[in-house]
Amino acid sequence: MNFLQFMIANRQQVLDLTLEHITLAGVATLLAALVGIPLGILITRVPQLSKPVLGGANIIQTIPSLALFGFLLPAPWIGDRGSRLAILALALYALLPLIRNTYAGIRSVDPAVVEAGRAMGLTDLQLLFQVELPLASGVIVAGVRIATVLSIGVATIAAAIGAGGLGEFIFRGLAMVNNQVILAGAIPAALLALSADFILGMLERRLGSLHRKS
Amino acid sequence: MTIPPSHASAIEFDHASFRLNGRALLHDLVLSVKQGETVVLLGRSGSGKTTTLKLINRLLLPTAGQVRVNGRRTADWDPIRLRRSIGYVIQDGGLFPHFTVERNIALVPRIENWPQARVEARVRELLATVGLDQELASRYPRQLSGGQRQRVGVARALAADPPILILDEPFGALDPITRSEMQKEFRALQQRMRKAVIFVTHDLREALLLADRIALMEEGRLIVDLPVAEFSRSEDPLVRAYLEAFSGLPDSTAIMRGSA
Repeated sequence: MNFLQFMIANRQQVLDLTLEHITLAGVATLLAALVGIPLGILITRVPQLSKPVLGGANIIQTIPSLALFGFLLPAPWIGDRGSRLAILALALYALLPLIRNTYAGIRSVDPAVVEAGRAMGLTDLQLLFQVELPLASGVIVAGVRIATVLSIGVATIAAAIGAGGLGEFIFRGLAMVNNQVILAGAIPAALLALSADFILGMLERRLGSLHRKS
Repeated sequence: MTIPPSHASAIEFDHASFRLNGRALLHDLVLSVKQGETVVLLGRSGSGKTTTLKLINRLLLPTAGQVRVNGRRTADWDPIRLRRSIGYVIQDGGLFPHFTVERNIALVPRIENWPQARVEARVRELLATVGLDQELASRYPRQLSGGQRQRVGVARALAADPPILILDEPFGALDPITRSEMQKEFRALQQRMRKAVIFVTHDLREALLLADRIALMEEGRLIVDLPVAEFSRSEDPLVRAYLEAFSGLPDSTAIMRGSA
């Protein structure tokens, strides 16, 4: 049985696992964005926090993914279900690019423009939402893009703790020493990552050209 | 707002100093600007001109002495209210690159919640005031020439009709011809508007053309504060140095004569 035949024969399962994979990576990235972007904004306002926050996110990123899943297993509620645990671990991984890019994006806004805004009487919030975030949006979306692709990749390992996703095929194929089965997981996962990269890349370029400095 | 008679000055520096990390950026400044008056702060980079401006709109607070705007200490002002009553123009306009010309100009009226129709009318009026074509309203700053951007910068500063205008080397980045045009137009504009204007420059000719009074600064100190007609006659060595530095330029005497 070749790869295509395997895919067609198991199309329902391929579809289910792909959707599961998208859910894992999607929810994790969303969660990471909800925490990471505000954190990135916060450390532009409270510079003393920038070192510990970025350092912490950096350390999380250096933990091998399988080990991170393992560390979180004993956690109450989280450890009860594989998918919860996987989403938390993936979100922790995705934090660094989101925090870092939000921080770098806001810091890269031309200080003369920010000061002009402040001198015109914009409040801190108006400055943030009307000037800094729009001008940083290209860099922030680049962070979302990195985080998404990263999550889709690392989510294949989530199958090791029973969280499902396309990693199921990969681990099953490894156990069966069957390359077709491994590919049935690996190829859709790669395609997912590539499409996410492409779509977010387009958005990033659009925002970049819209908000480029004069 | 009513201005008490004892504070007829729109802007008043009362022995104001500003120190940063032990270094005096501005030392014991005494200077006042009345409504309708244009005071040019002249000096080289690092002489304390920009620091002086930032003390007016409370981007900085004096570390000693006081700065009063319309009779009230800047420290007692709500900084947002204070800044919205002061028009601010910087080099190259300091425009928001992601806003169209229209949104840039309408910035303060919008955050002050003017009705839409009034905002639109005001933008049209200001484009005409600064000599810009109405159809530029939908362009982005990067699609404009340097001179056009500077005009938009002036229009934005005037949008909510603030009584005070502060300008930080606004025409510094322009080519000489555009710069000279802008200077003349600005002078004509100020003769109509009669705002309290503080204009920062390191260009003596610009100062002579635009100022009612010239305040010469050096190393954070005010050296002289003279009506423009008396400035060129001053015996102060620094004033002489400025006049000599610029006298080599062939057309400087004509401009000086024209402005006196």
